[in-house]
Formats: sequence, structure tokens, C-alpha cells
Amino acid sequence: MHTTEIEGPAAELAAVPAQTPAPAISVTGLVKSDGPYKAVDGIDLEVRSGEIFAFLGPNGAGKTTTAEILEGFRQPSAGKVLVLGTDPADADGAWRNRVGAVLQESQPEPGLTMRECLELYAGYYSAPRDIDETLELVGLEEKASARAEHLSGGQRRRLDVALALIGDPELIFLDEPTTGLDPSARRDAWEVIDGLRRLGKTVFLTTHYMDDAEHLADRIAVIAEGRIVAEGTPGKLGGRDGLGATVTSSLPSGLGVSDLPSALQLLATRGPGRSVVLHSHSPLAHVHFLSDWAVTTGVDLPHLEVRRPSLKEVYLSLTDHRKDNQ
Amino acid sequence: MIFLIRWAYRRSRPKRGGEPPRAPRTAGPEPKAKSDFSLVLHQTRYDVVSFFRNGQARFFTLALPVMFLVIFVSLFGSGTVGPDHTKESTYFVPGIAAMAVISASFVNLVISVTAQREAGVLKRRRATPVPAAVLIAGRALTAVSISLMVITIVLVIGRLAYNVGVPLQALPALALTAIVGSATFCVFGYAVSTLISSSDAAQPIVQATVLPLYFISGVFVPGVEIPSWLQRIAQFFPVEHLAAPTTASAQPAKRIRSPGAISVCWPSG
Repeated sequence: MHTTEIEGPAAELAAVPAQTPAPAISVTGLVKSDGPYKAVDGIDLEVRSGEIFAFLGPNGAGKTTTAEILEGFRQPSAGKVLVLGTDPADADGAWRNRVGAVLQESQPEPGLTMRECLELYAGYYSAPRDIDETLELVGLEEKASARAEHLSGGQRRRLDVALALIGDPELIFLDEPTTGLDPSARRDAWEVIDGLRRLGKTVFLTTHYMDDAEHLADRIAVIAEGRIVAEGTPGKLGGRDGLGATVTSSLPSGLGVSDLPSALQLLATRGPGRSVVLHSHSPLAHVHFLSDWAVTTGVDLPHLEVRRPSLKEVYLSLTDHRKDNQ
Repeated sequence: MIFLIRWAYRRSRPKRGGEPPRAPRTAGPEPKAKSDFSLVLHQTRYDVVSFFRNGQARFFTLALPVMFLVIFVSLFGSGTVGPDHTKESTYFVPGIAAMAVISASFVNLVISVTAQREAGVLKRRRATPVPAAVLIAGRALTAVSISLMVITIVLVIGRLAYNVGVPLQALPALALTAIVGSATFCVFGYAVSTLISSSDAAQPIVQATVLPLYFISGVFVPGVEIPSWLQRIAQFFPVEHLAAPTTASAQPAKRIRSPGAISVCWPSG
């Protein structure tokens, strides 16, 4: 190990351990009840600066309620919430300067062009971004003079993102940003949101679309019926990396599970149609074994497929599991 | 006033090239904290542009009072009213002017605010640093500006077409009446908009509220022809207190009565 000598004041600096920056959002024991019904039933969250954090859950799970509490629009019934170091319930203008929000369904400002909408909102902030640059970031620079009401759904969502971005906030809330968008508009929205990470923004994204979360997020928390049921990176969520793979193939007519080599029969189950499914934690070895057997015995294996469980399957099992336990 | 109308009209129409007039670009890195007052002006400017781009608002607020004036004077304007034998048209012009102020400050405000609330526009603005007071003040200033604009249009038409004039010394009092009246009705407008649940209901509810008041408060029918019991009822509502001084200002012999305690009590209630 090669060490370098540092002298003087630099030595003192080097001796100080690097501090982890404070999280952008910190939630402890958050509860929101509406009479006897608990919309949010005790959740803990931490969102680090500069990451895209997805809050994923089915409709009615408590995502929007939580987001509105974090945005300072609603009061929690219990628990501690800190967003950028402040309780959002005490939010003042200086805090709002640092936080942007794209709300679930909002119409554009009536009568104004896109540029004028951005000019209007830019005036609200103390250090707004350049308007043309912001229009470019969301891909709407060609439509700058179009009336906001004449835009398509996807373009309106992008305008909403531009309006949230014009104040140059550190943290941006995106509430269901791709709901109601067709697939190509969705891809465009993904590009814009990815761009936010490149700008160094922290993004809190609520969504019920698994692919949004999988594609965009650095970390995901899954909420169902007011509680967090899983948290982690998209690759590790719900222990996904520890789950086995499935090897699927259809067998020619006349052959079934009992015709497979005995070692593989232990792992095999009948699938739909004439297919067989192997559940394996070492798919490469088992595929090798299976294909060796097939080639040697002259059996064709059309539709041979090796799959890891998708995030969708993990998510569904997490949210269904919850219902079973009720 | 003419300048204001022309400026606002030009602002709302796209230039030849299809580009609307451009505002100066806000620079990125240079922080510019606006004072509350300049923020109110900033907000007002965009609210005014928004108003002029809305065809429905333009018609109801600007064109409709003029239409009413022309229709009423054509139908009823030739007779005389009251012991002084004043011409009926002398009552209609200021009465319609009062209606125009109410239309710009109350009707238009309630409809636009409920629409904005339902569209999520107000909530989105809440997420920005702009204080609610600035938004309200901006909207009120917009309404007052439009009221002054439309009252000018009505009075100019009244003068040119029907020879109903406001004497010069009455003009400042009339302007003050219009401003105070407009601001008062803005406050009612905000109060009423909190009671209206959907923007579809806003238009019929406000029209249903103001139309009977227009009749009993001396806007559509000269005050002297209204039975005294109805006049007494009208005294409880704010419309009469705007219509009376505007009417009085057109009749040089009468003194101007200021908007009065009642219209101050209404907003505080």
C-alpha cells in the first residue's frame, strides 16, 4: 500500500473523516389517519441527495398522501418529516424556492403561451434558470410560442416539469408523471426525468408503473395499504437477486416431465400448454445439462427461455402477499 | 386609458410572424429577489394578458355591457323619468357602467378563480414561493384595471351616442367610486368562489345572483321607478351602493354619495 506524506494544514484536513451529507428527505414513523382509516400507517423513508427515488405502489396505497405531506400541503397525524432540513408544514418562501413539484393533474395557465407561463413562474423565484435553456431541457423549444392549452397531454406534462424546474430547485417531486401518456410520450418523459439526474437534482417520484420505477430509479420503496413492504435498488428489490431463475421450454408431443433426466425432474414443474418449467439457482449449469440431454437424445427444445423474475413479478407478489396477510 | 386598451390588445394578438411580443429574458445565475410590489405588478401583467386572450371573458365583460346599453336605450330611452324629467338614457348609461364594473370584478373573477382552482392551477402556484396575498392583489389589480377600461368604454359611448356626459369635476369621484367598488366586489368574488364547488356551477350561480340585484338596484330600471319596499331590500346588497353614486355622477345637480358603510360591511362579513 502506497502512502503519501501530507504536510501542514492539509494534514489536518485529511485527518477529518468525510461526513455523509444530510439526506434530502428523512421520514420517521409517518402516520396519516382519516378518522379510523389510516391512509399512511407508519412509514420510514430516507432519500439521499442527487438520487432518483421511486415511491411505487398501487392506487390507494398512500403514495399521493405521503407526497402531499412531503410537499407541505397536508399535515401528518404523527411522525417526523424533514425535507431539506425543514419540516414542510413550516414551509416558508425560502424553502419553496428550493423545492419544485409536478402535481398529479394540472391544467396549463389559461390564455398564456408556454414561454409566458415560464416567464410568470420564473418571476416567483429568486434565482430562476434561463427560460430557453429550460425549454430545451424538456424538449419543447419549438413550441415556445404555442398557447399552453393547445398542447397534447405529453407536452403538457413536459411543461409542468419545466415549470417545476424554472426555479432551479434542489429537490423535485414528480407525482405520477407518466399517467395517461402513450408509449412514445412516456419514453420522452423518461428522457426528461433522466436529464434531471444529470443536473444534480434529487427527484422523489411517485408512480404505480413498475417499468417507470425500474428504468428511472436509483432506489425504490414499495408501499401497499399504507405501509412500506420493500425497499432497495431495482436489482435487489424484494430479494430479487436471490430468487432463482426459471428455465422454460416446450417439449415435443409425447414427452413430459418424467422423461427428463432424474436430476432435473426434482426442479421441474408442468407449465402451461406442453411446456416444462425448471426453478433453478444455477441456471447456467442446468441449461447445460438440459441441452446436453436434448442433443444426445435427439429431442428438440423450441422456445427455450431463461428468465430472472421481473420487477413486475416481484412487485405483484409483494403487494398480493400483503393482501393475503390481512 | 385608450393607451392602456391598445397596449393590452396588442399584447394579446400575435405579431405578423406568429410570435407574440417577447418579454426580456430572465438570466440564469443572477439572483433577483423581487419586492412584493413588483411581484404584484408582474402577476397583474400576466393576468391581464390571460384575460384578453379569453374570448368568452372579453365578450361578457367588454361587449355585453355595451350591447345592453344600446338595447335598453333603444327600447326605453326616449321617455323621461321622475320629477326632474330626466331622460331615461341618463339613468341607463351609469347604471350599465356599474354593471360593467361588477361584471369585471365579481362575475369574471369568480368564474376564473373557480376554473383555476379546479384546474389545479392555484395548487401549483401554492408550490412556488409566491405569497397568496400577491396572487390575490394581482388578480384584484387586474379586475380594477379592466373595470376602469370598461367603464371608460361605456361612458364614451354614452357621451357620443346618447349625449349623456359626466361633468369633469365629477370624474375623480367617479373614478374613485369605480376603484373602490371594483375592489369591494373582488373581495366578494373571492368569498363567493370559496362557496362554489365546481367551475361549471360558477357561471350560472353568479349570473343568477347578480341579475335580480341589477334589476332592484337601479341598474336596468331607473331607481325612481322601483317601489320603495324593493329599494329597501336593495339597500342591504352592495350593487345599489355602486349604482347610486355612478348614477349621481351623471346628473350634475346631485351631490355624489360615497360608496357608504354597507359596502364596507359586506367584505368584512
